[in-house]
Amino acid sequence: MIAALSQTTVNFAYLVAAVLFILGIKFLSSPKTARLGNVLSAIGMVVAVVFTLTLDYVDRYAFVIAGIAVGAAIGVAGARLVRMTAMPQMVALLNGAGGGAAAGVAIAEFDRLVRVGDLPGDTTVAILASTVLGGLTLSGSVVAFAKLQELVTGRPIVFPGQQVVNGVAFVGAVVLAIVAVATESTALLGVSFLVAATFGVLFVLPIGGADMPVVIALLNAFSGLGGVGAGFVLDNNALIVGGALVGASGTLLTLIMAKAMNRSVANVLFGAFGQVQAGPGAARADDGRTVRATTPEDVAVQLSFARKVVVVPGYGMAVAQAQHDVRQLADVLEEQGIDVKYAIHPVAGRMPGHMNVLLAEANVPYTQLLEMDQINAEFPQTDVALVIGANDVTNPAARSDTSSPIYGMPILDVDRSASIIVMKRSMNPGFAGIDNELYLDPKTTMLFGDAKDSVLKLITAVKNA
Amino acid sequence: MSPELIASLTVFILAAFLGFELIGRVPTLLHTPLMSGTNAISGIVIVGAILVGGASGATTTEGIISFVAIVLATINVVGGFLVTDRMLGMFKRRDRGPKE
Repeated sequence: MIAALSQTTVNFAYLVAAVLFILGIKFLSSPKTARLGNVLSAIGMVVAVVFTLTLDYVDRYAFVIAGIAVGAAIGVAGARLVRMTAMPQMVALLNGAGGGAAAGVAIAEFDRLVRVGDLPGDTTVAILASTVLGGLTLSGSVVAFAKLQELVTGRPIVFPGQQVVNGVAFVGAVVLAIVAVATESTALLGVSFLVAATFGVLFVLPIGGADMPVVIALLNAFSGLGGVGAGFVLDNNALIVGGALVGASGTLLTLIMAKAMNRSVANVLFGAFGQVQAGPGAARADDGRTVRATTPEDVAVQLSFARKVVVVPGYGMAVAQAQHDVRQLADVLEEQGIDVKYAIHPVAGRMPGHMNVLLAEANVPYTQLLEMDQINAEFPQTDVALVIGANDVTNPAARSDTSSPIYGMPILDVDRSASIIVMKRSMNPGFAGIDNELYLDPKTTMLFGDAKDSVLKLITAVKNA
Repeated sequence: MSPELIASLTVFILAAFLGFELIGRVPTLLHTPLMSGTNAISGIVIVGAILVGGASGATTTEGIISFVAIVLATINVVGGFLVTDRMLGMFKRRDRGPKE
């Protein structure tokens, strides 16, 4: 059907694909060229797949095309239907698919190598890495999805002896893989995969919702490294380069996210075991300070006298799907000549860059979305800071209170603006389970209610003010 | 270690360093598309799945496992690139005008 090309030609095509991937990521360094970069990467993928099909020993086209058709149908449907607010879940599932595929490739190729009696002794590590990392990425991602979709609670799920069970599962998967390679048993390698998958579930269960940005980035890294492992088993440079780029990306994002929480990666991943519960109410000193509630009308008056307003979005905005209404409120304010900007904390939301995507969806120009360092310089000149569903990332205790579990975490200096309005469902503490000093600040007033509701009321009130 | 393994390791290490350099330059603004876009790239394992499962001599076991791998990798590739494109299409410097 397709003219057979030599292995050398196909390997050259893989090199072209690798270069396209690299250019694709390079173009992601600016929002102006990012979309083109993504197209380049996709072209690289098509090149790699098409040239693979021209190899003379690849001849089960119906089989391959059927698999691609099924996968493409699911992929297209998923990508089109997913709501922007559900993007963390989507990315989690895609990570899982990549990890699962890497493990599948390694196991199937292992079976083939054993069958033809050509299993190289030095690929043990690669087979082990792709099977174990692939297995735990697949199941861990599914659990992350379930948590983000709120199919299971987003709170850490812990049980006694969990650490021991996890350790045994992980070591068990690794040992099984080693024995499987030594005894050349595909079945045993399959068992190793299943044990690794069990470990993946146990591994993600105790990690809470607000720590999901780290978990998703880490699973991203694992899916890439699983691919690298499969590339070593197959001795295929396209897989190795592609996987290495993803591994590097995921690793870097993991480190950035952990740094933005001032925690080590290990603390995020295993922290729930130690339970970072500070004495509840530690921040609520009995000094007579109380929380003051306000009304949309009062806030509208405050806003209409402001020259500069900074919106601080958090996961609450995503949950309420309030991004479009927030943008509308900003429009109304801008029409009155008020300067509106957005303050984006690196770990606001449930994945790296979550808030940026939501606000971009609502047509907020990205020039208005400011990173923490830029916007922190502007809070002292800000008249009103509008905190919409963000909590821990605004808590001044992170700067001053050495006993606070979030002490040392870089925060948005919201409390340095002239006045602060916090939109919040109720007085329940944030994910970290601690009170927010900000709410007791005399400059702060609270607007209770669903974020979307509150913003809609504000829009009306500002128009009438 | 075989010469092939050393060659592969070399490629891996260089690609990893290059990856760190490139990704360090991606602004936080684009971290989500970065993640979904690179994620799609990790779907390159589809090539491996085709090489194993698409070969004429593959056994039933290898065929079944490879088929699942092809499906998963394609979901990863197609879903990843499309959703990244959808997100990147939303990032605009200025909207259609201050008032619409």
